[in-house]
Amino acid sequence: MKQLSAFAAGLIFGLGLLLSGMTDPGKVLGFLDFTGAWDPSLALVMGGAVLVGLFAFGAARRRTVTLLGDALRLPTARDIDARLVVGSLVFGVGWGLVGFCPGPAIVSMGSGQLKAALFVAAMLVGMLIYIVAERLRRPREGDATENRGAYSSD
Amino acid sequence: MLFMTLDWTHFTPWTSLAGGLLIGAAAALLVLLNGRVAGISSVLGGLMVAEREDAGWRAAFLIGLIAAPALWGLVGALPAARIDAGTATLIASGLLVGVGTRYGSGCTSGHGVCGLSRLSPRSLVATLAFMFTGACTVFVVRHVLT
Repeated sequence: MKQLSAFAAGLIFGLGLLLSGMTDPGKVLGFLDFTGAWDPSLALVMGGAVLVGLFAFGAARRRTVTLLGDALRLPTARDIDARLVVGSLVFGVGWGLVGFCPGPAIVSMGSGQLKAALFVAAMLVGMLIYIVAERLRRPREGDATENRGAYSSD
Repeated sequence: MLFMTLDWTHFTPWTSLAGGLLIGAAAALLVLLNGRVAGISSVLGGLMVAEREDAGWRAAFLIGLIAAPALWGLVGALPAARIDAGTATLIASGLLVGVGTRYGSGCTSGHGVCGLSRLSPRSLVATLAFMFTGACTVFVVRHVLT
C-alpha cells in the first residue's frame, strides 16, 4: 500500500511537471532570464503547487501519523547554515546552465531524452561525491543509519 | 533592460497553473499517505543510502516519475523540450545539481514547493539562493558570453 501510494504520487507529480511545461528546459531558462524575453510560467507552477501544499502541509503538521497509520516525518532541521546556502547556490548554477532540476530531468529521462539521461547520470555521480565526502569528513558517524536525518531533512 | 519584456509566445499561464496544482496534489498525497516530503533530490539521494524498508517507497515514487511520460503518451503527444546544452555542459550541470542539492538538502521541489508550503524559513533562504545563482548563470551565458 505504501509503495502504491508513493508510485501514484510520483506519477501525478510527473504528469504535473509535463502539463506545466517544466520538462522543457527552454521554459525554465526563459523564467530565469529576467533581462531577456521573460517567461513567467514557472512562477505559476510554484504558485499553484504551494497553494495546494499550504493546505496539505497545514493538515500534516497537526498529525503525528499518516492516513495509513504510519509515522509522519516532516523535516526537523531549522538552522540556516553555510551548507544550506552554499549548496543551494551551487545547485542554482547547475540549474541555470541547462534548465534541468532533478524532477523534470528524471521525467524527461522517462520520455526517452538522451540528454536528460546523461544529466541524471552526472547528477547521480554528484550525489555519490557528496556521500563519499561526508564519510571522509565524519568517518565515525558516517554510517547511513545515523545520518538519515541529514540525508532526508527536506 | 529597464523594462521587463514578457515572452508571450512561450508563456502558458493556464497549463502551468494546472500543472502546479497537480504537483501540489502529488506532494499532498505523499505527505498525507506516506508521511514524507516530495523532494526529488532527497528521495533519490536518500535511496542511495537507504535501508531495505526505507527504499521501497523511494523507488516506487521515482518509478512513478519515470512512468509519467508513458501514461501521458497514451492520451497525446509529449510536450516539446528545447535543450541547447552540449555534452560537456550537461555533465557539468548534472554534477553541480547533484552535489549542490545534497549539501543544500533540497531542490526546487523539496525547498521550492514543499518547503515554502511548510512556511520553512530554511527553504525560503534556499529557494532565494538557487533562484539567484540560476538567474545569474543565465544572464552570464545569454547576455555576457554571447
